[in-house]
Amino acid sequence: MVIWQEITHLLLPAIFVLILVIGQLHQVKVFETFVEGAGEGFKTILNILPYLITMMVAIKLVQASGILEYFSLFCGMIFNLFHMDIPSAVVPLLILRPLSGSASLAYISAIFKTAGPDSPAGLMASTIMGSTETTFYIASVYFGAAGIKDPAYSIKVGLIADFTGFFAAVIITGFLLG
Amino acid sequence: MNKIWLGMIIVSFIFGCLTGNFEEMSEAILTGTKEGVEISFKLLGPVCLWLGLMKVAEAGGMLRQLQKALKPLVTRLFPEIPKEHPALGAILMNLSANILGMGNSATPLGIKAMRQLQRLNSDKKRASRAMCTFLVINTSSITLLPTTIIGLRMAYGSDQPTAVIIPTLLATMVSTGVALIIDRIYRFKEGR
Repeated sequence: MVIWQEITHLLLPAIFVLILVIGQLHQVKVFETFVEGAGEGFKTILNILPYLITMMVAIKLVQASGILEYFSLFCGMIFNLFHMDIPSAVVPLLILRPLSGSASLAYISAIFKTAGPDSPAGLMASTIMGSTETTFYIASVYFGAAGIKDPAYSIKVGLIADFTGFFAAVIITGFLLG
Repeated sequence: MNKIWLGMIIVSFIFGCLTGNFEEMSEAILTGTKEGVEISFKLLGPVCLWLGLMKVAEAGGMLRQLQKALKPLVTRLFPEIPKEHPALGAILMNLSANILGMGNSATPLGIKAMRQLQRLNSDKKRASRAMCTFLVINTSSITLLPTTIIGLRMAYGSDQPTAVIIPTLLATMVSTGVALIIDRIYRFKEGR
């Protein structure tokens, strides 16, 4: 499996160099363009910061209350019926991910801080985060902007997708990286 | 969001009182904002890296290539949209931005696409079939490069920040695939 790991390490530098070279070949001033894009990073973070701060308080309170242990225990019993090996730290994401992106980000940071990003929980949490989006947030932003009041069947389908994505992420991560 | 946030706080408070975690709750509130700031600053480096890279990708025409490649698929997913209608272009731009992990660009493009779809909508208060399909594609995520989570992993010192790219790709294909199948079923039932 060492070759597999080496390939994974190569991905980041390869993508990085590839994009820059292709850009250069298309007459892009890569240095200046990169600087410009990187500058937008500040605006982006500044936009996220207040939401992350506010959510983190709620997330930490949820953790401090001990409610997660009970919830994870409960879900753990159900999952055991289906012989699914899901780390308990990851279980709350099933509810959190469709509800709030900033809450999910804050919660996953907490997992990274305690268990580490390369632990089974950390890896699964990462996959869960990247494989679906925050259904309620996207629906409210997109439909709100268009003046739609009735989302028809879209939320139902969206939640089914989130649910499926969670279990697909857990199973696939367990299989490939477990 | 108001209800969600307040709900989390109140429920946790009640539960925490029942379990007697008073000191933990106090510490949580005091350190919460501090940790939020820490995360944001940890994300700053990786986010700048990706946005810089994506700006080069966009300037180098890679985004436009992606859109050309996606066009046949998109026209098939949205058969009711007239071929040259601006909604198609907006949808293509939104999907391309999503695929490249440019979440912040994708959102305004998605809003633009929704507004275009509204012009084609017969019932202005209800989401049309095209809108539903577009929404579920967005919400099931079609990111090739999950840049935010890679950035977060780097920030927390991961040995292999990019290890999750392939599992995420597979999982997102599953979620989007399932979303589209079920969306098709509902479309058929709607019959509009």
